Amino acid sequence: MKEEIIIAGFGGQGVLSMGKILAYSGLMDDKEVTWMPSYGPEQRGGTANVTVILSDEKISSPVLDSYDIVIALNQQSLDKFAPKVKPGGMLIFDTNGIHNVPKRDDINIYPINAMEATLEIGNPKAYNMVVMGALLEAMPYKLPMENVIKGLKKSLPERHHGLIPLNEQAIEKGRSIIKK
Amino acid sequence: MKEEVRLMKGNEAIAHAAIRYGCDGYFGYPITPQSEVLETLEALMPWETSGMVVLQAESEVAAINMVYGGAASGKAVMTSSSSPGVSLKQEGISYLAGAMLPALVLNVMRGGPGLGTIQPSQADYFQATKGGGHGDYHLIVLAPSTVQEMVDFVGLGFDLAFKYRTPSMILADGIVGQMMEKVVLPEPRPRRTDEEVKKQCPWAANGRTDKRKRNVITSLELESSRMEEINHQLQATYREIEKNETRWEEIDVEGADYLIVAFGSIARICDKAKEMAAEKGIKVGIIRPITLWPFPTAAIEKAAEGKKGILCVELNAGQMIEDVRLAVHDRIPVEHFGRLGGIIPSPQEVVDALEKKIIRN
Repeated sequence: MKEEIIIAGFGGQGVLSMGKILAYSGLMDDKEVTWMPSYGPEQRGGTANVTVILSDEKISSPVLDSYDIVIALNQQSLDKFAPKVKPGGMLIFDTNGIHNVPKRDDINIYPINAMEATLEIGNPKAYNMVVMGALLEAMPYKLPMENVIKGLKKSLPERHHGLIPLNEQAIEKGRSIIKK
Repeated sequence: MKEEVRLMKGNEAIAHAAIRYGCDGYFGYPITPQSEVLETLEALMPWETSGMVVLQAESEVAAINMVYGGAASGKAVMTSSSSPGVSLKQEGISYLAGAMLPALVLNVMRGGPGLGTIQPSQADYFQATKGGGHGDYHLIVLAPSTVQEMVDFVGLGFDLAFKYRTPSMILADGIVGQMMEKVVLPEPRPRRTDEEVKKQCPWAANGRTDKRKRNVITSLELESSRMEEINHQLQATYREIEKNETRWEEIDVEGADYLIVAFGSIARICDKAKEMAAEKGIKVGIIRPITLWPFPTAAIEKAAEGKKGILCVELNAGQMIEDVRLAVHDRIPVEHFGRLGGIIPSPQEVVDALEKKIIRN
């Protein structure tokens, strides 16, 4: 098993923390993991991205040319990373604010409306966990939910552990909205 | 607390490793991309547990001189910074080397020259390995490629520094500082007691006891014949270090037609490039120097035998390549590939460079 994933969007959408929770969940499932962020001034207002690799084996490069899964949460990220999905790989993107949808017939494309789903559960801060739910549902590697919960516990400071049920609900919502 | 598996950034790992090593003091000044070292130490508050001092100095220059003071009393002390800050520390580093003091300096390199960029770089290779300060001295320079090595090299760096009475440096880059990986943290050791320090460091200026001669820590010696002796003593230590402490990693060198030499996180990008090249039937081996000084000259010379060429991949305009060329005596082609200004090359770019600069030439 090896999943090479990039999550890209605006700074503030929770891209880096979603990557962190994903990486921690993989760690709790006994995988090798790397989490490589873009860092620096692009985190404010501009784009942010994080590469997460989950693998049974030791991971070589934390920096990649192409990905098994691309998650794009804005138009710039979609334009930049859709061409970098490996043939047979997967593209998940939030349709909100997207006017130009990439055309590729050699990959699986999953448009989701994560923004709308987040508003339905009534907490905009859980947006990234809705996206995470969609990823967990579509990803070939089935990460057990119990390890995702453990990953959440590890990533969140203890004072925020009260928010875990909300995050869990957001993940379940995300699982329900994804269809090819 | 015992041995523990965690997910953390390289910079955070340094802080945890320092406390668990039994480090006595950290003196630093914040700079991207390594500010998490100081931040993590402040969050962990080791002064409440092990008694380790954590101090944000007024400048990089102050911090390295605090390290000089701590080291002179036999304490295990460290500082960290990124390239522009490490330039400021060079005078202090030269003084530490001259006074034969053990200390650990971390440089999480960013692009330069000048203030440059906050993105990753390896352009301080010359500064770290050829003596960034004045005088005939060397640092033991360790180049970590994983977050685990960030942890391990804190212990190794301190141990070697004390063994040889010389400062050592962890030369990391923004990639390994900022990325998170699985790490195993070592079991914590208590800080050495005053008695242990006195026993381990009989040279230290930590209070004169009966009958022993006064210990003087200085790099100044105006009597030239004595100064020459001190220099010879330093050089003898460096020869010992070269003999005993040269470290490197070889990946699939045997049976390869080509070699890539790369250090730090870039060696991992090259490892991926090696896999991609193998798919095209190109057999590549990798040598990753772990100590940049002492440099694994003999290992590279031996590995180069029968190879068709070497690509030296560095996040700079070509620095380590000089040492690689010296190692192989121009017997086979050695070319450089690197990106500058904080750009990280992708594995595909490395494969392309190998084909263009080595294979098709």
